[in-house]
Amino acid sequence: MSWHGWAVTAGALAGVIAAVTLLRGSSARLPVVILILGTYALAALLTGGAEAGATEPIVAQVDEPAPTPRPEIPKRRERRVPTGPAALTVAHLTKHFGERVAVDDVSFEVGAGEVFGFLGPNGAGKTTTVRMLATLIAPTSGSAVVAGIPLGQADGVEIRRRIAVMPENPGLYLRLTVTENLAFFAGLYDLDRPDERIRRALDAVNVGARADDFCGSLSKGLRQRVALARTLLSDPAIVFLDEPTSGLDPVASREVHDLIDGLRDRGVTVFLTTHRLEEAERFCDRVAILNTRLRTIGRPEDLRDRLFTKALVVRTAEPLPDPERVFAVPGVESWSADHATSYVLAVSDARVAAPEVTRALVAAGADVLSLSEAQHSLEDVYLELVDDDVEAHA
Amino acid sequence: MNVARVRAVVRKEVREFRRNRFVIVTLAVLPLIFLITPLITLFRIPDSASGPEVKAAVGVLSLLMLIVPIAIPPVIAAYSVVGERDQGTLEPVLTTPVRASELLLGKAIAAFVPSVAVAYAIYFIAAISIRFGAAHVVSSVVWHPPQLLAQLLFTPLLAAWAIWVGIGISTRASDVRVAQQLSTLAGLPLLGFTSLISFQVITPSVPLAVGLALALLAVDVAAWRVVSRLFDRERLVTGRSAPRTVSPARSELDRAA
Repeated sequence: MSWHGWAVTAGALAGVIAAVTLLRGSSARLPVVILILGTYALAALLTGGAEAGATEPIVAQVDEPAPTPRPEIPKRRERRVPTGPAALTVAHLTKHFGERVAVDDVSFEVGAGEVFGFLGPNGAGKTTTVRMLATLIAPTSGSAVVAGIPLGQADGVEIRRRIAVMPENPGLYLRLTVTENLAFFAGLYDLDRPDERIRRALDAVNVGARADDFCGSLSKGLRQRVALARTLLSDPAIVFLDEPTSGLDPVASREVHDLIDGLRDRGVTVFLTTHRLEEAERFCDRVAILNTRLRTIGRPEDLRDRLFTKALVVRTAEPLPDPERVFAVPGVESWSADHATSYVLAVSDARVAAPEVTRALVAAGADVLSLSEAQHSLEDVYLELVDDDVEAHA
Repeated sequence: MNVARVRAVVRKEVREFRRNRFVIVTLAVLPLIFLITPLITLFRIPDSASGPEVKAAVGVLSLLMLIVPIAIPPVIAAYSVVGERDQGTLEPVLTTPVRASELLLGKAIAAFVPSVAVAYAIYFIAAISIRFGAAHVVSSVVWHPPQLLAQLLFTPLLAAWAIWVGIGISTRASDVRVAQQLSTLAGLPLLGFTSLISFQVITPSVPLAVGLALALLAVDVAAWRVVSRLFDRERLVTGRSAPRTVSPARSELDRAA
């Protein structure tokens, strides 16, 4: 029995002794005292003592075991172009909170098996969109079809049966063990063979060894992994991951990334909201940039091409005496000097222009240090669009 | 209504209660105080005591025994929804197929069972103690069948009512402490009702006890339905109610929930 079990019993004993001393002494009352004491001891044992010892480690933060160092292998998965039926169709979705417009006339489609990135600054409406699609909140207007079921015209229960959502906050019950947390959710999905599913889900995120630990004793990274295991339990058609690597260290983030890869390999549609642009660029087949309104959507490289002019960057040891004449070659549309010895050339097609420019530079006797195609990242696209919005609102 | 989902909620809630010291202490200590005080009074009543004196003392005991199922459940029930929201565990639950009625019924059952078990245990201890330890004149009043029946019937029904009020407040409150205070206050009108029975202003008889119990049962079932309708996912997630008149999708979602 735990400390409070004993405390309750001792309290009962003290109370009863006080009561008895107030009574006129009688041997007939002894069984009553014994009965009261016995019942209270039993109640204390049943209600708290049996598992009370388990409460002790809840607040303790236990660091996860040091992971075996693995070399970071930068990889970018081949992007898929969705061809099959859409897993998610959103049309003119709008949400107002009073006077404030949280999401404004957003339309897009996500193909089955696609990893779809949903990017945007804080307050852009990403989480609100996920909540609408997960039937947590109702759109003010617009429509959507989620996993084949129209939002708002069909049973929200049926939609929720086919999807899984991992909110930014893992939302685990800290007084329950990892297994108990997952068992609860397996029960809410009314799953067959829950024990087997729980074991598989925990193995998938590498927390099988911590299955009997209280969630309150896990580090943030481990809690995130348990939350991911929870989303895998029901074999959902669509997984919504809301900032899954927010606040995680690089090792924990990499494990989440591995899991996203695993979901992709299994053909699960992943709807990923994130601030981490390198994450989106690396994992997402397509991305949408939202800032209340949908600013753009497409494959990251298409967005770059759409938003930025293709350019060559030329660096020379000495300033060119007559750059106007040197860069007057086929494929070069215009040029500008970045520094005295650095030139940026706007080109229609880098593959055509680069050899021409090289020949012209050699013919002009220039000491060329480098000639390269200007690279724009998804971050450049993002900042370009979001900065436009900031300027528009200024 | 999916029984498996209700069972999952009950199991989870009970596990959490068993590891929550606040709940354990409330369940254990409060009834003890309610038990000891009237027992001391009743044990000191002699056989020669007058009828009104005995009835008044037994009335206090009955009242306290009926306060237990009114006072304990709000402590648990008031936490059930707003507490989960505060600790961030509600949103993942709301994204599962569980319906509001299933979730709330599971939470109510989990609060109901320990509350009623403690209330019955306390009453059982009191009645047995009086049978063997108090004067005969006291024992005969306590062991009066309609009085016993009233206690047995009203204890679970009052507990159920207190639980639904607590959960209802919990679905609308912004803070756990506010929910617990309001739930306790909301239980006060029930004290008037129990006082009338305890002090035999309403003389307990078997037909009256059964009739009142059926009425309370109907009120409890209605309360479950009303509280399920009060459960607004949007309000719980965002802190704002869904604009019911604006969105045609809203009513569909509500029906689905």
